[in-house]
Order: sequence, then C-alpha cells, then structure tokens
Amino acid sequence: MVEWLDPLLLARWQFGLTTLYHFLFVPLTIGMVILVAMFQTAWVRTAKPKYLHLTRLFGKIFLINFAMGVVTGIVQEFQFGMNWSDYSRFVGDVFGAPLAMEGLVAFFLEASMIGLWIFGWDKLSARLHLAVIWMLALSTTLSAYFILAANAFMQNPVGFELNEELGRAELTDIGAVLTNPVALAQFPHTIFASVMFAAVVIVAVAAYHLSKGQYLDEMRTALRFGLIVNIVAFAGVALTGDQLSLVMVETQPMKMASAEALYQTTAGASFSIFTWGTPDGSSELFSIRVPYLLSFLSTHDFMGTVEGINDLQAQYEQQFGPGDYTPIIWVTYWSFRWMIGLGALAAVVSVVGLWLTRGGRTPSGWAWKVAIWSAPLPLIASLVGWIFTEMGRQPWIVFGLMLTEDGVSPGVTGLEVLISLVAFTLIYGALAVVEFTLIIRAAVDGPKEWAKYDAALTGDDTDASTGSGTVDPAKLATIY
Amino acid sequence: MDLAILWFGIVGFFFIGYFVLDGFDFGVGMALPFLAKDDTDKRVMINTIGPVWDLNETWLIVAGASLFAAFPYWYATLFDGFYLALLLILLALIARGVSFEYRRLGRSEKWKRWFDWMIVVGSAVPALLWGVAFANIIQGVAIDETGTYVGTLFDLLNPYGLLGGLTTLLLFFTHGVQFIALKTDGELKERAHALSVRAGIVTIAVAAAFLVWTIVQHLEVAHVAFIVGFAAAAAVALIGSWVANRVRREGWAFSLTAATVVFAVLTILAALYPNVMPSTIDPAYSLTIQNASSSQYTLEVMTWVAVIMMPLVLAYQGFTYWVFRRRITRESIPVAAAH
Ligand code: HDD
Ligand code: HEM
Ligand code: HEM
Repeated sequence: MVEWLDPLLLARWQFGLTTLYHFLFVPLTIGMVILVAMFQTAWVRTAKPKYLHLTRLFGKIFLINFAMGVVTGIVQEFQFGMNWSDYSRFVGDVFGAPLAMEGLVAFFLEASMIGLWIFGWDKLSARLHLAVIWMLALSTTLSAYFILAANAFMQNPVGFELNEELGRAELTDIGAVLTNPVALAQFPHTIFASVMFAAVVIVAVAAYHLSKGQYLDEMRTALRFGLIVNIVAFAGVALTGDQLSLVMVETQPMKMASAEALYQTTAGASFSIFTWGTPDGSSELFSIRVPYLLSFLSTHDFMGTVEGINDLQAQYEQQFGPGDYTPIIWVTYWSFRWMIGLGALAAVVSVVGLWLTRGGRTPSGWAWKVAIWSAPLPLIASLVGWIFTEMGRQPWIVFGLMLTEDGVSPGVTGLEVLISLVAFTLIYGALAVVEFTLIIRAAVDGPKEWAKYDAALTGDDTDASTGSGTVDPAKLATIY
Repeated sequence: MDLAILWFGIVGFFFIGYFVLDGFDFGVGMALPFLAKDDTDKRVMINTIGPVWDLNETWLIVAGASLFAAFPYWYATLFDGFYLALLLILLALIARGVSFEYRRLGRSEKWKRWFDWMIVVGSAVPALLWGVAFANIIQGVAIDETGTYVGTLFDLLNPYGLLGGLTTLLLFFTHGVQFIALKTDGELKERAHALSVRAGIVTIAVAAAFLVWTIVQHLEVAHVAFIVGFAAAAAVALIGSWVANRVRREGWAFSLTAATVVFAVLTILAALYPNVMPSTIDPAYSLTIQNASSSQYTLEVMTWVAVIMMPLVLAYQGFTYWVFRRRITRESIPVAAAH
C-alpha cells in the first residue's frame, strides 16, 4: 500500500480538520446567543427600537452561523465510530455517557428553542419569546459543558476502572467524570473565549456602520457594549487560563514542558515570548524572556520547579515502556503563544477603542479599520488553543491509557478515509465561502431591513417610548 | 429488569422517533419538485417543517449518542463498518441542513435553485440509505472475530438491502406528502392529496414485499410471532392510511403512515433481537445485546438520565408542535422575501 494512504495519519488529519471546522462556528454561536439575549432583554424592558434592531441584526448573524454549527456537529457525533472505532470500544463505556447526556439534556432543548425563537416572534408573547432565547443560551452553554467533560476525560481520565478481561475502561463514578478538574477549568475558559469573539464581531459591525455615519444610535450602543464585554471576557479568559495551566501541570506535565520547549527541569523557569532557533526548540539562537514567569504560571510560585521534557520522557519510558512521549514541540510552543498573544491583542484593541470613544468622541478613520480587521483575532486564538490542547496530548488519545495509533478504526482503509477527507474538505470549503458571504452581507446591510417597521413598532407617532405594547407581531415574523 | 434489554428498547425508541419525525421532513424535501408550481409553493412547503426539522434531526444525534453510551461495540462496528454509506448520509444531511436557512438569504434565482436541489438530494439520499443500512443490519453482515466489518460498500447494495432502501424512500415520501396535505391549504393541498394517493399504492406494494421477505428470513427465530405481528400491524396501518386518505381524513392518514413507520422499526428490532449486528461469517462473532453493551453502572446512570429527561423533552417538543399547529397558506408568505 502507498505510504501516504496510512489510515492513522489520514484519520488524524480528518479529525483535526473537521473538529477545527466545527469550532470555527461554535464560539460565535456560544457567545452571540448570550449577547443577543441581552439585547432582546433590553428591548423587552425599555421598548427602545434600537435594541430590537440589534437583536434582529445579530440574531440573523447568529442564525446563519448556527446552521453551520449544527450540520458540522452531526459529523462530529459519528466520527468517533467512523475513524476511531477501537478508541470508541475502549472508552465508550465512560465517554459515551456525557455525549448521550449532551443530547438528552442540551441538544433537544436547543433544537426546540431555536425553532421557537426563529418562528415564534408572532406566536409567543414578548416575555415568553424572551424566555426562549435565554433557554437557548442555557442549552448551548450546557452542550459545551458536556462535550468538554468528554474531552477532559481524554486529557485526564477519572472516575473509571480498567476491565482487563474486556480490554476497556469502565465508568465507576459519573460525578467524577462530570467534575473533572480539567473540565471545570476548560469550561469557563472556553465560554469566555467564545464571548470575546462574539463581542469583537459586534464591535466590527458597529465600527463599519459608524465609519459610514449610519445607524448612529444603535451602533454607538453596540460598539461600547462590545468593547466592554470583550475586555471583561478577556479578564475571564486570563484568570481561568491561569487555573487551566495549574491543572495541566498536575495532570499533563509534559504538555506544559512542551508549551515552553523546556528540556531541563528548572526552578524559577522563565517564559519566552519569542524564540528563534531550531524548529523543535531544542537549541535557541535568540529569545525574549520574562524571568520566573513559567514557574509562576505552572506552580504560582516564582521559584517553583517545572519538570523538563527530558526528565518526563525518561519517566514515561519507565512507566509505559519504550517509545516517544513528546508531542511535536514547535506546534505546542507556538500555538500556546499565539493563543495568548492574539487574545491579548484583541483586548488591547478594545481598551484603546474604549479610550478613543470616551464621552461620545468619534475617532479617525484608521481606528475603525483596526476595529473591523481585528475581529478574527479571538477566533484564531481559540482555534490555536485547541490545537495546543489536542496536539499537546499526543501521542496519547487518552492520556496515559491509550495511544492515538491504537485508537484508529481497524476496518477502515486509508482510501476510505482519504475519500471522506476530500469530500469533507470540498463541501466544507464551499460552505465556508457561502456562510462567510452571507454573514458579511448581513453585517453590511445592518438593521435596514427592520428599520422600516419602526413606525409599526412604536405606533403611528414616532415617539420611541410608546413601548412594545403596540407592536404588530406579524411584522416581526420570520418566514423562510 | 435487564438494563441492556431496556436500552435496546430505548435506542429503538430514539430511532423510531427519528424516522417518524425526520421521515416526513425527508418526504417534504423530496416532494419539492413534484408539488411546487412556483417559489411561493416551495416556501410554503419548506415552512411546514421550518420550525421543527432541526428538532427532528436531533433524534438522530440522540440515538447515535445513546448507541455510543449503551452499546459502544455496536456503535463502533456499525459506523466503522458502514463508513462510506454513513459518509454519504452525513454529506446529505449537511447539504440539506444549511439549505433550509440559506435558501432564502440569496438574491438570485440561481442561488435558490442550487439550494432547492440540495434539499431534494439531501432528503432522498438519507431516506434511501437508512433503509439500506437497517436492512443489512438485520440480514447480517461480514463481521470477523474482532467485531470488525470486513465487507465493502458494494456488499451492502444487495437485493434485500436495496429493497429496504426503496421501502424507506417511498414510505418517507408518502409520509411527507401527507404531511403537506395536512399542513397546507388550497391547490397545493389538493395536489399533495392526489400525489399521496398514487404514491401510497406503490409504497404498499414495495413495503409488503420487504416485510414478507423479512419474515421469511426469520422463520426459524423463536419469537417469529412478534416479527409477524409487527409486520402485519405495519401493513394494516399503511393500508389504513391509504384508505383514510381516499376519504380525505388527512389527520388519520398522516397518523397512520406514522404508525407504519413505528411498526416497521419494531419489526426490524424484533428481527434483530437478541442480536444487534448478526455476523454472516460465524454466528459466534455476532454482536448481541449482551456482549455489545456497556457496564451495569453506566447503564444505570443512563437510565436515570433518560427517566428524568424524557418526560421534559417530550413536553417541550409537544409544546413546539402545538405552537406551530396552524396550516401554512400562500397568503402567509410575504410577496418579497423578508430581506
Ligand atoms: C480567545 C481565546 C483564548 C485566549 C485569549 C486564551 N485562551 Fe487558553 N484556550 C482557549 C482559548 C483562549 C481555548 C481554545 O478555548 C482552549 C482550548 C481548550 C480549552 O479548554 O480552551 C484553550 C486552552 C488553554 C490551555 C490548555 C488546556 C489543556 O490542554 O487542558 C491552557 C493551559 C490555556 N488555555 C491557558 C491560557 C492562558 C494562561 C491564557 C492567558 C491569557 C489563555 N489561555 C488565553
Ligand atoms: C470534546 C471535545 C473533543 C474531543 C472529544 C476530541 C477528540 C479528539 C480525538 C479523538 C482526536 C483524534 C486523535 C488525535 O489525533 O489526537 C482529536 C484530535 C484533534 N482534535 Fe480534538 N476533540 C475535541 C475537541 C476539539 C476541538 C473543539 C478542537 C478544535 C477546534 C479539536 C481539535 C483537534 C485537532 C486539531 C486534532 C488533531 C490532533 C492531531 O492530529 O495530532 N478537538 N480530538
Ligand atoms: C469533538 C467533539 C464534538 C462533538 C461530538 C460535537 C457534537 C455536536 C453536535 C452533534 C452538534 C449539533 C447539535 C444540533 O443539531 O443542534 C453540535 C453543535 C454544537 N457544538 Fe459541538 N461537538 C463537538 C465539539 C464541540 C466543542 C468542543 C464545543 C464547545 C466547547 C461544542 C459546542 C457546540 C455548540 C455550542 C453547538 C450548538 C450550536 C451550533 O450548532 O453551532 N462542540 N456539536
């Protein structure tokens, strides 16, 4: 057989590709549903049309994106069986439970609420309709929790027992699986990261319209709101990221060592912001370092000891037998930095933005451009964060229990995986173009589609304070 | 009570829910080119399932995840083994899923036509392949001693498998067309009615052949009486649906095609029992309810989750259907699309 038709290699590419692709849409869904729910709450409370405009505009962007999250999610659900069936046999007893709970507790609710929200504008009372979007936000967040609990088991297996006879891990404590310290740290970290992305999307849309001098009323509100939310969410990301580092050092010290390319066990280890050296980081020509930071991140003690790759490798060889237990260092090293760096950059942009727009000031043209073009930063940060998390776990598929190479499907040929890899790449590529076009178009259109209902919304007099009591619900209805 | 058997029933229940509910979505999608005279008709048809198709599809996700949790070996063998068939289903579901939402956002006729075809193909492919897959599961496939399927996609396309596929395709088509007759008004409804009468006859013929073949394959099974009973109930419901349709009782006609789907899946489950994936290489290699299931503890946990969640789930799903109970008419579709 041709060597590049290696099912393992292709299956890894396929899983990485499809999961990253799923995660292109997930952060915007998770973050945006919360922010749209806030806009809608403001509308129901104040009856100001600008909040309805923001609800509808960002609701539309949310929905365009949501559709992609749903269809790519289905692939995820079945991929474990398709490409990683030996893995599924090994962990199914433990790992299937959170997935099934996600379906029963979160996905059903989510799918009911999305239908009610899209089509319920004219069928439910304003309050019930508002409750629906909050339920939608709840279910989306819950689904993230369960999937992260499943993922956390792969990072730090807990609550199980090995059944030698059947050769599988068996669940012994569902509570431990659901309160895995990795999951508890990953969950808020991921949610805050998602909110960051949704917030900068709102900022970018607002910046675009403000730079054109249109929809000033709603877009000023949106801009300030987005900037503040982004900064708060970044604080959340940083705090929980710190927690995540501590947990990681305890559960997967090799990941932290390879995040810094730290070969020798070191006390008071420094953190390099940038390094130029051999690609695997084993020797360096030039670097910018923050003294003691790595030790602090890993142990909350400036003089704390951080285990190095060489020691850990030796230790694992003793424990698990001969083999290479080191992830690809340049990937972990750089992905960790890009995650933090790009996220921090987005937060800096927001702080500057708040300063420039203080007290109703209008900044100059280039500032709007920066606001628009910095929108992708948190998304890229999230994606590379996952690349770090998943690649840093290698060569394990379940840390300490099963190697990735042992998890691959025995019955699937390289050709089959290649076919599916190509098919997914093509359809995903095409759909990405479609959804990107639609989102840009919706963003550029802004609230114009709803502005024409203003008269109907506020009664015949154009006084915005007349309240939602006069809304003709039929005007709000969504029809395919 | 043996929890593995209970979960065989629960997984079966989720698949029944999936086929009954997403079944009519598939039918509506496939019927687009047959029933719609213009864009407004298409939009009326799509709006009949607009608020619920995602909910209906979620039954598949829950069925799949429950299969993973309760029968990991079944899940692993099935999706590893039926790799390419499943790939086609997934691609179809992707195409169909985005199209409902994206179709209306385009500005050109060409754009709409693209997504229309994605809906049609994206509905027909799963409607066919689910039948092929399930027919092959009950017939048995080449599973070796490690529990791995060693056949190919083409082995699945045997006469019995194809007949199974044709059965689900036609059944879902009729089911969906009757849903349209139930949920719309005016000319569209009349056309749907006429089409469902014609489609019903073909469906009855094909489904009868499939059910009889299934019974013949399982004559030696101890509980063959159940298989025959469910198959007979499916047949009676299908014929009853056709009759109800002729006398223009749309509600009854639709409920009876739904009942047909329920009994057809029950027939399949009864034919499978106590296996979940029989092996044609050696019966000793078959995956059974007992040897494919999760540990007792996992099943207990999952039983609690299901017992607590299902009443809630059914309640709010029922609420959703109740909110959207009205018929969709051409008048309810604004002349220009909403953007
Ligand atoms: C906007 C995105 C973003 C930003 C700014 C950050 N992160 Fe992050 N990080 C993620 C988005 C993310 C993520 C994509 O959401 C990950 C992947 C897995 C996870 O739970 O979250 C992640 C994973 C992740 C992990 C790996 C966890 C594991 O392997 O189990 C660590 C240690 C950190 N982060 C730490 C940090 C620190 C100390 C940050 C300092 C500010 C930080 N992250 C900023
Ligand atoms: C609960 C959630 C997740 C689970 C259970 C999971 C599981 C897996 C599995 C089974 C693999 C294949 C083995 C391997 O090659 O490492 C994998 C790889 C991968 N996953 Fe995840 N994953 C999850 C979330 C994510 C997310 C959200 C992303 C990114 C958006 C992601 C990115 C990747 C990547 C990039 C790989 C390829 C790594 C490699 O090939 O070395 N994962 N993950
Ligand atoms: C690799 C493992 C993963 C699997 C098996 C998976 C499964 C799924 C499925 C089946 C859906 C569709 C649900 C529906 O039809 O309504 C979905 C959507 C979603 N997923 Fe994932 N997912 C994975 C990774 C993740 C991760 C890591 C997160 C978040 C941290 C996430 C968050 C979401 C959210 C919020 C949605 C719903 C919103 C949307 O459709 O965009 N997923 N996922």
